[in-house]
Amino acid sequence: MANLLPLVVRDLGYAVRDTVLLRDVNFTVKSPGVTVVMGPNGAGKSLLLRLLHGLLAPSRGSVTWGGAPPDDAVRRRQAMMAQRPVLLRRSVRANMDFVLSLREIEDRRGTCDALLERVGLLPFAARPARRLSGGEQQRLALARALAQGPEVLFMDEPASSLDPASTATIESVVRELKHAGTKVVLVTHDAAQARRLAEDVVFLHRGTLTEQASAERFFERPSSEAARQYLAGGLVI
Amino acid sequence: MQDFAQSFYLAFQLVASANPDLVEIVLLSLKVSLSAVFLSVLIGLPLGAAIGVARFPGRNAVIVLVNSLMGLPPVVVGLLVYLALSNAGPFGWMRLLYSPAAMIIAQTVLITPIVAALTREIVEQLNDEYAEYFRSLCLPRHRALAAYLWDARFNLLTVGLAGFGRAVAEVGAVIVVGGNIDHLTRVMTTAIALETSKGDLALALALGLVLMVIALSVNALVMMMRGTATRTAYA
Repeated sequence: MANLLPLVVRDLGYAVRDTVLLRDVNFTVKSPGVTVVMGPNGAGKSLLLRLLHGLLAPSRGSVTWGGAPPDDAVRRRQAMMAQRPVLLRRSVRANMDFVLSLREIEDRRGTCDALLERVGLLPFAARPARRLSGGEQQRLALARALAQGPEVLFMDEPASSLDPASTATIESVVRELKHAGTKVVLVTHDAAQARRLAEDVVFLHRGTLTEQASAERFFERPSSEAARQYLAGGLVI
Repeated sequence: MQDFAQSFYLAFQLVASANPDLVEIVLLSLKVSLSAVFLSVLIGLPLGAAIGVARFPGRNAVIVLVNSLMGLPPVVVGLLVYLALSNAGPFGWMRLLYSPAAMIIAQTVLITPIVAALTREIVEQLNDEYAEYFRSLCLPRHRALAAYLWDARFNLLTVGLAGFGRAVAEVGAVIVVGGNIDHLTRVMTTAIALETSKGDLALALALGLVLMVIALSVNALVMMMRGTATRTAYA
C-alpha cells in the first residue's frame, strides 16, 4: 500500500457563497510525527482539518496524500477526532465495537479491552457513552479513533477544557502514536501543548497560512507578526 | 342517574366475568390494530429513514406530503380503501371488503404516514449529528441507516406505540371497510358506536373501559421508555 505522505496542499481555498474562509493555503508535510495547526479563533483551523480529511471539497486548489486526493480509499486509512466527539447512543463498548466491526479483526473483544485500558476507560465499558464526563468522552473518542488503526490521525482541540489527567492521557497516546510512525495532525489553542508535542507547526490567521516551520524555529523565531503576537499572548484578531 | 350507575355496574361485571362477546371484540381489535402497526412499521420505518437521510430534488414537497397525510381523516381513508376493494375497484377481485384484512389495510394506510413522518424527523436529527462522523468512517449507506434506526430505537418504539394508539381508537375507517359485522368485523370502536345507538350502554361502557385501559397503558409505556432512554442517554 502506498505511503500517505507527503501531504501536499496547493492553493487551497474554501468559500461559502461570497465569504472566503480559507485562501491560497500552500504547504507540504513529508515526515510522520505531530504537525500542529495553530491560530486564533476563526482562523480556519478546523476547516483546514476537514479539507485535509476530505470531509469537505475545496472551492479551489487541492489536497493530496501520497499523490492521491482524500477520497474514500485514503480516508479509510485515516481517523478523525472531532472537538466535540460524536458518540453513538450506546454503551462505551458498543461504541468501540461499532468501529471495530468495520475492520477485519479476529479478537474484537480483546482489541476493544486493550484500547479502553490504554485510555483508562475499561472500568466504564458497560456505561452509556453519553453519560461519561467531557474528559472521558474525549478519551473514548480517542480510543475509537485508534480502533480504526489509522495511519493519519486528525485531532481537533482534543484537550480543550479537559482536566490535567485527561490531557496527560491524550498526550501520552499522541507520543506513542508518534513513535509508532503514525502521522498526527493536531489543532490546538494551547501553545504549551503545542510545544510539548509538535514537530512542525502550521499557523493560520484569518484564513491564510502565515507560517509553516519546525516547532523549534516557530517557537523561538516566529517569522510572521501574527504568530509573534499570538505566542506573546497578545490579542490576535 | 340510576341507569347510568347500573350501566357502569353491568359494564364492570362484563369485564370481570370476561364476557365471551366482549373478549372476542377486544381480541379482534388488538389483532387488527397490531397487524396494522406491524405493516406500518415495516413500510414507514425504512421510508421515513430514507427520506430523513437522502437529499433529492423535491424532498421538501415529499416531506410536506407525508406530514399532511398524518392528518388524514379516517373516514376518508375508509372510503378510499372501500373504493379500491369494492367489486368495481382495482382490487375487487381479492374479495377483501368487509373482512378483518380490509380493516388492517385501512388502518395501515391511516398510520403509515404517522410512522414515516415521525421516523423521518427522528432520523434526520440523528443524521445531522452523525453524518460527518459516518463520512469520516466511509460507512456504507445501509450500515448508516441501520445505525440510525438502532440508535433511535427508543424513540421509534414510541412512534410504533403512537401508531397503535391511533389505530386502536379510530372508528371511521374500519366501519366503512369492515361493516361492523357481528363475530366477523366488529371491533371495540365500532361496537361502542353500535351499542350506544341501540341503548345497550353496559357493553358500550365495558368496551370503553377496556379501550381506556389500553390507551392509558400505551401512554404509560411511552412515558416509561422515554424515562429509561433519557436516564441512560440513549435517546
